[in-house]
Amino acid sequence: MSDAGTELYEVFVRGKRGLNHVHVGSLRAADPRMALTRARDLYTRRNEGVSIWVVRSADITASTPDEKDPFFAPSGDKVYRHPTFYAIPDDVPHI
Amino acid sequence: MGPMTTQATTGDAEARLQEHFDATIGRDQRIEPRDWMPDGYRRTLIRQIAQHAHSEIIGMQPEGQWITRAPSLRRKAILLAKVQDEAGHGLYLYSAAETLGADRAELTEMLIDGRQKYSSIFNYPTLTFADVGVIGWLVDGAAICNQVPLCRSSYGPYARAMIRICKEESFHQRQGYELLLTMMRGTDAQREMVQDAVNRWWWPSLMMFGPPDDASPNSARSMAWKIKRHSNDELRQRFVDMTVPQAEKLGVTLPDPELRWNDERGHYDFGAPDWDELRRVISGDGPCNAERIARRRAAHEEGAWVREAAAAYAAKRAAGRRAAA
Ligand SMILES: [Fe+2]
Ligand SMILES: [Fe+2]
Repeated sequence: MSDAGTELYEVFVRGKRGLNHVHVGSLRAADPRMALTRARDLYTRRNEGVSIWVVRSADITASTPDEKDPFFAPSGDKVYRHPTFYAIPDDVPHI
Repeated sequence: MGPMTTQATTGDAEARLQEHFDATIGRDQRIEPRDWMPDGYRRTLIRQIAQHAHSEIIGMQPEGQWITRAPSLRRKAILLAKVQDEAGHGLYLYSAAETLGADRAELTEMLIDGRQKYSSIFNYPTLTFADVGVIGWLVDGAAICNQVPLCRSSYGPYARAMIRICKEESFHQRQGYELLLTMMRGTDAQREMVQDAVNRWWWPSLMMFGPPDDASPNSARSMAWKIKRHSNDELRQRFVDMTVPQAEKLGVTLPDPELRWNDERGHYDFGAPDWDELRRVISGDGPCNAERIARRRAAHEEGAWVREAAAAYAAKRAAGRRAAA
């Protein structure tokens, strides 16, 4: 903890009904309620959202320490998971 | 394994990481917080982002002084919203700096005790309400020129913060220009106020792009890392080219006798700003440097009890939750 007892929070905003919450950035706050109020003031000054989530950054578990991820290698060689892997004659309709 | 082998292995690993980093930059992809990055890249970014954040925060002061003296409720509400945006810009940028391992409280300390700088432009006084309009038009206009290319900066969190900021800056520039248009339709005295403000802010605005390219030693490296996309002089030229027609429409004269269209270059020629003045203002000797820092320090110190109360309240609530569980 630094900045006189504040912690880092990640902010997620739902832009409008029907959309996912999307990560928009982070902020510092002393507790979750304050994080929510600050998120409203900081990230939704122009109607950018209808719903906000705040999560303590320390509570996030992430895949690997690097974005260059061997963790994702298993999906790299499975082309048969994609529809384009399958050759279908042109005259078969609706597929 | 002897010490030599260990060192060679570490060297190899480092070279591979460097290669991966260079390839990512080469492909025009973004570097993200937990990626390996060269120390120099990290240091350069922290310095640039912090300096940028400090500028947004200090930048609230020159215009903020006019909030209580705005000539109408409409202008007051607009000015409040603009100054609040600048606070927001500072916070987006401090968050981006934190993703690189910088400590927020330490950044504030470094601003207050002068170890880190902010844009020289905010060390000039705002003498009349026309200054509010001219700041929006020229200062935010210059900031937009600087910031639009930063939306494609190679460091992801910085680029994303800049996208958010640029969306908001356009309101800043337009409210300023509209304010000036209104004053120019007013009395002779109002028109004189506008011209006087333009005379005072024009050269400092050109200085916002930094020293000329041949005196900007770190620029080349920042461009190789794609932190920066254009040189200082390129951006300054772009700003002049954009601004001259706006000044004509407004009916003000930009205070530069050398300013004229150059058909051959397809750009406006313009005179050189007083680079000694820029050096003086950056090194602390501008008209308002001491005042700006004193104000920032006072706000920080006077706000200490609020931060302490919030922390105490949070601790008490957390203790209550633990007891209930
Ligand atoms: Fe700003
Ligand atoms: Fe602005």
